[in-house]
Amino acid sequence: MAYDKFTVLQSTAVPLPTENVDTDQIIPARFLKATEREGFGDNLFRDWRYDVEGNPKKDFVLNDRTYSGKILVAGKNFGSGSSREHAVWALYDYGFRCVVSSFFADIFKNNCLNIGVLPVTISPEFADLLFTAIAADPNTAVEVNLPQQTITLLATGASESFDINEYKKDNMQHGFDDIDYLINMAAEIEGFEASR
Amino acid sequence: MEKNTLFDKIWDAHVIKSVPAGPDVFFIDKHFIHEVTSPVAFLNLKLRGIGVKYPNRTIATPDHNVPTVDQDQTIKDKLSRMQVEKLRENCAKYGIELHDLGSAHHGIVHVIGPELGVTQPGMTIVCGDSHTSTHGAFGAIAFGIGTSEVEMVLATQCIMQSKAKKMRISMEGTLGKGVTSKDIILYIISKISAAGATGYFVEYAGSAIQSLSMEARMTICNMSIEMGARGGLIAPDETTFAYLKGKQYAPKGADWEKAVAHWKTLKTDDGAIFDKELVFEAEDIEPMITYGTNPGMGIKVTGTIPTTQGMEGSNKTSYLKSLDYMGFAPGEAVKGKLVDYVFVGSCTNGRIEDIRAVAQFVKGHQKAENITAWIVPGSREVEKMAHEEGLVKILEDAGFELRQPGCSACLAMNDDKIPAGKYAVSTSNRNFEGRQGPGARTMLASPLTVAAVAITGRITDPREVFGN
Repeated sequence: MAYDKFTVLQSTAVPLPTENVDTDQIIPARFLKATEREGFGDNLFRDWRYDVEGNPKKDFVLNDRTYSGKILVAGKNFGSGSSREHAVWALYDYGFRCVVSSFFADIFKNNCLNIGVLPVTISPEFADLLFTAIAADPNTAVEVNLPQQTITLLATGASESFDINEYKKDNMQHGFDDIDYLINMAAEIEGFEASR
Repeated sequence: MEKNTLFDKIWDAHVIKSVPAGPDVFFIDKHFIHEVTSPVAFLNLKLRGIGVKYPNRTIATPDHNVPTVDQDQTIKDKLSRMQVEKLRENCAKYGIELHDLGSAHHGIVHVIGPELGVTQPGMTIVCGDSHTSTHGAFGAIAFGIGTSEVEMVLATQCIMQSKAKKMRISMEGTLGKGVTSKDIILYIISKISAAGATGYFVEYAGSAIQSLSMEARMTICNMSIEMGARGGLIAPDETTFAYLKGKQYAPKGADWEKAVAHWKTLKTDDGAIFDKELVFEAEDIEPMITYGTNPGMGIKVTGTIPTTQGMEGSNKTSYLKSLDYMGFAPGEAVKGKLVDYVFVGSCTNGRIEDIRAVAQFVKGHQKAENITAWIVPGSREVEKMAHEEGLVKILEDAGFELRQPGCSACLAMNDDKIPAGKYAVSTSNRNFEGRQGPGARTMLASPLTVAAVAITGRITDPREVFGN
């Protein structure tokens, strides 16, 4: 079920250039024992964010007040491993509405699209440009424009377009999800099932 | 005539409609659910005021967070208990077949599906678990999905996905002594990286794959996701049919003959085009082990950890962060390093052949003093066979602790956790930071290598310990 609609987002961004961040890091398995979708943000990146006593680790970006925003700019191969949608719930619950990376794992990307957190795939060069710009000025604003399919560094105007299929784009913009679509196909699905 | 791959044949036969400039509406034959990724899907169905469309196409079992001791008693952990109770409640409410704790076919979802004969060639199978790719060993399209998609399948028996690109990985030749299918897949992932097959669905082919048992094939397909693939599959053959024949849900009588005739057509046509083709030689593979924090970070047991030569930027930083977590340095040999735990189990290597292999090798030996050795059967059926075949006695005599079926220390959602800083050599599938418990250091290997490590207490080449 999609959380909300997505059209144009302007925000500062949080950089996490580490590569191969798997969903076990985003939300460790021991925090998956819930039967509802709320509250996962508290344990987002739990073991990178807190030590064993529960004290914030100073060197982790989410504990650095310099950086904030609704956009997470992540390293290559973000969201690999477990299919747990809880990873996206945790990112959303924490406040992220968009994740940007030069390379996403497949299941994670689908999970993002299904609940309305926009995954934006950019070139490695544009990723470097974003990391550099955010490091130079943590208050620099980034615009993610879904109708135009562009991501722009507002200070310089540096921009890149990104791909998303028309169907998913339309869903994101209107807050629809696949079940809304599939329910309207009930007769065709029933016919197909009966032929199996 | 058009030449198609096995993947094309199964995929195309399950597309109800292709959305213009969008995904395919894709029909799912079988859906497995477990206690962790299903409760929110059921909750959302309730919020939408809709039910389960085809309950007989879904099968449930609690596996991820269940305790592996005292399964006949109430689950002590409150949150785990609530999830398992929720699964029972939802299955009862919607009429879904449940293989509950303590029942004859309880176990890890990817172990019981094949055991029951639910998993069959040509099917489309999904589950809210990335290791659903295991079922591809039967020539099925099987892959992991998120909870939103679990909800879609419950509500409509369909999901909406774009067709993946196609890759074929061929493995020719004969495996050397002490080399298993786990080594094959760890070798492939080490060659192409943990993201080397992202965007693809992989078909495994070649003489080295065809010569494997069904269980060994499952180990390979299971870890397809660890190189980023949506899934992996192997064309069904006589080995597949022999495995399925007589299984509870396998077709019987005339239906069996008809099914086999159809299954024999499920193979890639000569001349079919893949988006990518890779070829490896079985002779090049030695017993493998991982040294880092993703499954692509693997080397032969006798090898050395790669240096940072040629790495720069976040690539180098990420690599050193990983080695720092593991307590290793670039250029080091791994052989001879002390180990604290061994774990035999999981949907990757928790089947009876795995337990037989370990028992055969440790028979007459004692585990090393410094080792805690856990062995967790993938299902009740595996547990029963291990008892009947005398394997449990052999393992217990060697100092192994046998636990009850479940995912256990593979992801440490229950109490089966490796303590912080300790080294575990594990037959499971992921060596991510904290995967086997906060701070735990996991090294993935085959059941044979794990058996050798259990005996010597150190990273060991199984070929040296067990000789012939």
